[in-house]
Amino acid sequence: MTLDAVLVVAAALFAVGVYGALSQQVVVMVMMGLELMNNGVLLAAAAMWWFLAPDPTGQVLLLVVLAAMTVEMAMGFAVATLFHRERGSDMTDMAEDLAG
Amino acid sequence: MLADLVFWGLSVVAVVSGASVFRVDSMARATYALAVSFVAVGAALLLMRLDYLGLITVLMMVMEMAVMAVYMVMFMGMNPALMPMSMVHGKRAAVAAAVTVFVVLSGGALLVDWPARRGAPAPDTVAALGEALMGSKMLVMMAISPVMIATMVAGIAVAAPRGRYDRFGDDLRSPAADPQRGGVGR
Repeated sequence: MTLDAVLVVAAALFAVGVYGALSQQVVVMVMMGLELMNNGVLLAAAAMWWFLAPDPTGQVLLLVVLAAMTVEMAMGFAVATLFHRERGSDMTDMAEDLAG
Repeated sequence: MLADLVFWGLSVVAVVSGASVFRVDSMARATYALAVSFVAVGAALLLMRLDYLGLITVLMMVMEMAVMAVYMVMFMGMNPALMPMSMVHGKRAAVAAAVTVFVVLSGGALLVDWPARRGAPAPDTVAALGEALMGSKMLVMMAISPVMIATMVAGIAVAAPRGRYDRFGDDLRSPAADPQRGGVGR
């Protein structure tokens, strides 16, 4: 187990998440892609901590990543609920007018 | 050596189950696959002696995926274990973006000359984290806490079907316009 190896695995997780976030039509599946991207970030940050500077500061940073994941999921579910109520749909293609 | 084997096993499980999230035929299975991916990453964190964070990752993500499965049933309006599905758009562009991201990130990981390890981990990493959060890094927790509260309030405000402005209008002292009489404060 080396830093390079863990970072490559984290990159693979992140890349799979990118595919999901860009390709999926269902809002909840898009959120799954974002979660996988966060998963990769979590693993990469943990590897940086362990292999480069294993002091408590890095652990605190990982805690922030986890908190960001929970916020993303909570607000994502809230927006998905509102979207489903307003438009009776869970597809991103039905929300193209939100693109700005 | 054993740690290496375990790490590679967990890595394969994490990536394969992560990829199968977008390949399986039902949303319930996709949810379970994502949970497996998170559990594998949580176990990998345990290998790096991140005991608290690894355990939190496993517990939090298993619960989150359970909630997600409920959402699937709510929104999809079908039996999520039986319905085959393939709902994608721009698949080619997404695959190209994913491959590019992987090549760039892993290339960076392999080409960068990483510095040597600085310092050694504390004998008890959980205690070290706790002391940091309650001591020199308390500002982080003080920042995260209001963000969490704001998320709860904002989540409910966005998701609630009828808030007080729906019931009372702009003037919150006016009589409530409820579809049914009775109830608290009416």
